[in-house]
Amino acid sequence: MITKEEVEHVGWLARIEIHENEAQDYAEKLSAVLEYFSQLDEVNTENVEPTYHVADIVNVFRDDVIRLSLPQEEVLSNTDKKQEGNFLAPRIM
Amino acid sequence: MAGWASISQIKEKIAEKSAEEVTASYLERIKKSKINAYTTVCEGAIEKAQEIDDKGHNGPLAGIPIAIKDNISTKGIYTTCSSKILQGYVPPYDAHIVERLKDAGAIILGKTNMDEFAMGTSTESSFYGPTLNPWDKERVPGGSSGGSAAVVAAGEAPVSIGSDTGGSVRCPAAFCGVVGLKPTYGTISRYGLISYANSLEQIGPLATCVSDIATLMDIIAGYDSRDSTSVKTEMVYKDALVDDVSGMKIGVPEEYFGEGIDPAVENAVWDAIQFFEELGASWEQTSLPHTSYALAAYYIIAMSEASSNLARFDGTRYGYRSEGDNWHVMASRTRAEGFGPEVKRRILLGTYALSAGYHDKYYLKALKVRTLVKKDFDIAFKKFDCLMTPTMPTPAFRIGEKVEDPLALYLADVNTVPINLAGVPSISLPCGFTDGLPIGLQIIGKHFDETTILKAAYSFEQNTDHHTRRPQEMA
Repeated sequence: MITKEEVEHVGWLARIEIHENEAQDYAEKLSAVLEYFSQLDEVNTENVEPTYHVADIVNVFRDDVIRLSLPQEEVLSNTDKKQEGNFLAPRIM
Repeated sequence: MAGWASISQIKEKIAEKSAEEVTASYLERIKKSKINAYTTVCEGAIEKAQEIDDKGHNGPLAGIPIAIKDNISTKGIYTTCSSKILQGYVPPYDAHIVERLKDAGAIILGKTNMDEFAMGTSTESSFYGPTLNPWDKERVPGGSSGGSAAVVAAGEAPVSIGSDTGGSVRCPAAFCGVVGLKPTYGTISRYGLISYANSLEQIGPLATCVSDIATLMDIIAGYDSRDSTSVKTEMVYKDALVDDVSGMKIGVPEEYFGEGIDPAVENAVWDAIQFFEELGASWEQTSLPHTSYALAAYYIIAMSEASSNLARFDGTRYGYRSEGDNWHVMASRTRAEGFGPEVKRRILLGTYALSAGYHDKYYLKALKVRTLVKKDFDIAFKKFDCLMTPTMPTPAFRIGEKVEDPLALYLADVNTVPINLAGVPSISLPCGFTDGLPIGLQIIGKHFDETTILKAAYSFEQNTDHHTRRPQEMA
């Protein structure tokens, strides 16, 4: 149901490197789950609205007031890769 | 001194000895533990307890030791979701519930082991290895809050906090013979809970008795503006502790006693339901017709939300980082090396279910089925005050039994996931044993009607002795 090639494509979308020797195992295990999921095709959902969440809440607003946030050094405290108050990451392109 | 104890028993011990001695005795017991239920033990707990002895504290949990699941942020204490990708991560802030517990005077003993990112039913997918069931070390404690249930069952903490996305508090409570509550969605702020499936999950307490569950709820429940799904309620949970179920109408949904249910579990749950009748309640069989589709809908929604929520773990700002010439390669390798196999499977499936061409077939369809599952509950609750079912269809299974077959593991959640889709509250409590393994009774209530299910659970507990059985000390 999901091929090795599709697993590799989804791996790229999800930014998870898939090794050549793993793709087949993923394809088999994920296909079994997808096959199970396809039982939902039997359910008549005509005119049924989707439920994204159950809380009886639509929009939540707050006043636009400046509040204290975490100090910069605490925010940066979980990485060694930083420079001049910024996170340091490899180039994107 | 440490071991199985209620909050009120611990309070007596603190009055008699000191908070320091009580905390020290738990830390001592944890050191000798053979069940691998803690990922981090807080040696600093001793100083916090001393502070309470020295300065006094008038909070409702003054000096009470507590264990917290490793996906709930604790300032200055490792919070790893039992994952390699968050190894060494120390949050710079406390979760809302941690603030509340600290204000109440609670002492954090440590962080508890869990399925990686709360994705599992057995605590076997933890980067730190599986937690063992205190009743039988060959068996799983349930999951994903397996550590939180096991520490309470083994007397390594009197009470604990877990989280429940599809049964992750109730399943381990059932497998370990303790009480666990999943509150109504919106009751407890998720601020500081590391997100897996945000529309489904709630934080919930675990304890040896219903009364302690109510005590903890009175502290951790309540509105918090930092969680936009937090709801304002004025509930006093302790008021629900009344031994009286006369006139209570119980519905017993037939779908929850379906294929694959263990006969001993079925018998124990029916015995419990009949006992409620002796106590003055009435019961009637009913049907929640969309139950069989709930599991597939749940997993599609949970995986889709997970694929988005876990996108933040890319090695850039915290946790494990791999190497790569550019950001995409670095992030892809970090995630390949940092996440375990089950987490990767769920992210891949969630990404697939949301991708172009499949969104309507999987994600949108699951959300519509969710509406139907929720409607089943709405209809049932017009007639009944609560519903009773087995929490899990079987007692705790063997470690390793389902590791290689993800689908078999998912099927174990059949009785717990519909509750999260509907957002209703549900409690699991011990109602019997089979071959020395605990069995859990699940009581499901209406939205924001924790009062009824706590009252039912409390009445059952007051008139039975299942909750007084303890596992033997492990050799």
